[in-house]
Amino acid sequence: MNNSLLVVLLASGVAYGTPLLYAALGELLAERSGVLNLGVEGMMLVGAVMGFWTVQRLHADTAVSLAAAIGVAAIAGMAMAAIHAFLVITLRASQIVSGLALTIFAGAAGLSSYLGNDLNLADNPARHAFNAVFPASMQNWPVVGPILFGQNVLVYASWACVVAVSLYLSRTRPGLNVRAVGEAPASADAMGINVTAYRYAHTLAGGAFAGVAGATFTLAITPQWVSGITGGAGWIAIALVIFAFWRPGLCLVGAYFFGALQALSPQLQARGIHLGPTELWANSLPYVMTVLVLVFVSASGARRRLGAPASLGLPYVREER
Amino acid sequence: MFAVPAGSLVFAFFATGVVLYATGHDAISSYRQIVDAAFLNSGALGQTLTQATPLAFTGLAAAAAFRMRLFNIGAEGQLFMGAITADAAGLYLGGAGWPTPLVIFAMVVAGCAGGAAWALIPGALRAFFKTNEIITSLMLNYVAAYVLTYIVFNTESYWRQTKGFNASVFPTSKTIPSAAFWPSWHIFPLGSGIAILAALVLWFLYTRTRFGFEAQVLGDSPRAARYAGMRTRRKILAVMGISGAVAGLGGASQVGDFSHLLDADPNGLQKQYYGYTGIVVAALARYNPVAVVVVAFLIGALQNAGNTLQGADFPSGLVGVMQGIILFSALGGELLVRYRVRVGRALPATEAA
Repeated sequence: MNNSLLVVLLASGVAYGTPLLYAALGELLAERSGVLNLGVEGMMLVGAVMGFWTVQRLHADTAVSLAAAIGVAAIAGMAMAAIHAFLVITLRASQIVSGLALTIFAGAAGLSSYLGNDLNLADNPARHAFNAVFPASMQNWPVVGPILFGQNVLVYASWACVVAVSLYLSRTRPGLNVRAVGEAPASADAMGINVTAYRYAHTLAGGAFAGVAGATFTLAITPQWVSGITGGAGWIAIALVIFAFWRPGLCLVGAYFFGALQALSPQLQARGIHLGPTELWANSLPYVMTVLVLVFVSASGARRRLGAPASLGLPYVREER
Repeated sequence: MFAVPAGSLVFAFFATGVVLYATGHDAISSYRQIVDAAFLNSGALGQTLTQATPLAFTGLAAAAAFRMRLFNIGAEGQLFMGAITADAAGLYLGGAGWPTPLVIFAMVVAGCAGGAAWALIPGALRAFFKTNEIITSLMLNYVAAYVLTYIVFNTESYWRQTKGFNASVFPTSKTIPSAAFWPSWHIFPLGSGIAILAALVLWFLYTRTRFGFEAQVLGDSPRAARYAGMRTRRKILAVMGISGAVAGLGGASQVGDFSHLLDADPNGLQKQYYGYTGIVVAALARYNPVAVVVVAFLIGALQNAGNTLQGADFPSGLVGVMQGIILFSALGGELLVRYRVRVGRALPATEAA
């Protein structure tokens, strides 16, 4: 039963969806404060390479190494986000161009690849990696075993993050302030909320999440460093935020759905199921789905109701208030 | 007008130098190597043109769309699509024995059509459903890459080479007949000439015609344009179509000028990121078509140097780092332009105070 297509897809959907979930949660925080950061892919890759470097170079036992690696990855992602934050919040540059610049700067042909080369990280498997936490007997339970108990710590931590971000945005004072900043920065400013500080903090938090998302690749999914290892996951994460209507809970659903789609093509092939050009449509499906959801979101004229922050992508200029 | 881009280039060289020193490299010697590999070594200039030509096309594509404040991030996919259609035209008509000029013309038209068709998907979605074209055009890049891979790797498709030893080892596409090869003048490929021509046409279109004027008004003030009776939807479709056609031309030039086949190798065309780098080019050129050509040449030189020098004392990824820093400084510099910061000239008021 645990080898049935659906169970395998769901189990790998959770595994492959986890980096998407972390990155999307981070992007969601940034976007809720009004900052669109298209540099997720770049931030993820720098987090991935620095997290991997920590594991390779730090001589400590597994738990300490991995915890340190996650910390370093988060800091690295944050450092990348800081560039974007400075350019778009302080210098009010175009958020779109700055985000793209960040991806080029940090991405597969940029800093992450430079660091990977310079620190000689390629060709060696990770010395420590995140493994499944529950005993094998539990992982063999029918259906729920592989899906719920066959995962690593990062997966369970991501669930905690979803709950935390969700509660933060809906139940805490700073969380409500963030939403005010994202919807109407001028009003928020008049209320005495420091718009600049909130935007900086949440863009940086977004970078930290993206860094962890990248480290999920190099320390859990395929524990090694390859240039460009994230393979476009950062872009899917950006789409996922829209797909999830800017809601953390829906991010989780969407992330696992997209994760399962990524596993679809190899699984169908392994089982000898041919439904037309499988690789073509199964690989393209996440991207096509994103386009369709975007069309739905925009065409239904319900963009506002569905939760797009009203001032997303707009710089806040106090003197123009 | 171009003080900021020029200043950014200079600043970027300093900043990258700091990165190089910080990671234990000799920046001066790295830079000397870049200049040699980009311009001075034998054959270097030709290689630079090879890199610069597709960047000019993708840069022009981004610039053409941005004149109407449309962000076409999809030049990458549109270039792939243009390459696929132009390759088909070259294979079919070249094989049918048409004279070279006609085959080249057909490839140009096919490349434009392929790129434009792919760009019209996000264009139509934007025009009719107000769907954000940034994400949709970007998502279609991945789809286009899968299409490109698919038609070379996975079928008995028209493009796939089935005969010969190499084809049995690794899937490749057919090479176009030599009648479909684009000529070059010494080291100057036909595609570079077409890029310059396209830049001049776009410059004329946007500065000297009613079409260009309306596109700019629609970009700057959609409401004013609507009250003046300009047709928003039609213009979005036209501008996205033009943008995609130019990117598709880049694909046609790839096939006709350089590769002479469809390059679906995951480490080939798809690792060059011409579409994304084109956005850097366009932004640095401040979306001016003529400046795009100049910037494309400089960035192409940098890319070429990066490709040639890749190795122990010139880590890959350095070129991306430099491009990113160039773009960051250009973006930061915009603020100086906005506030008209003038360096080295004290205001009289400060003396009085």
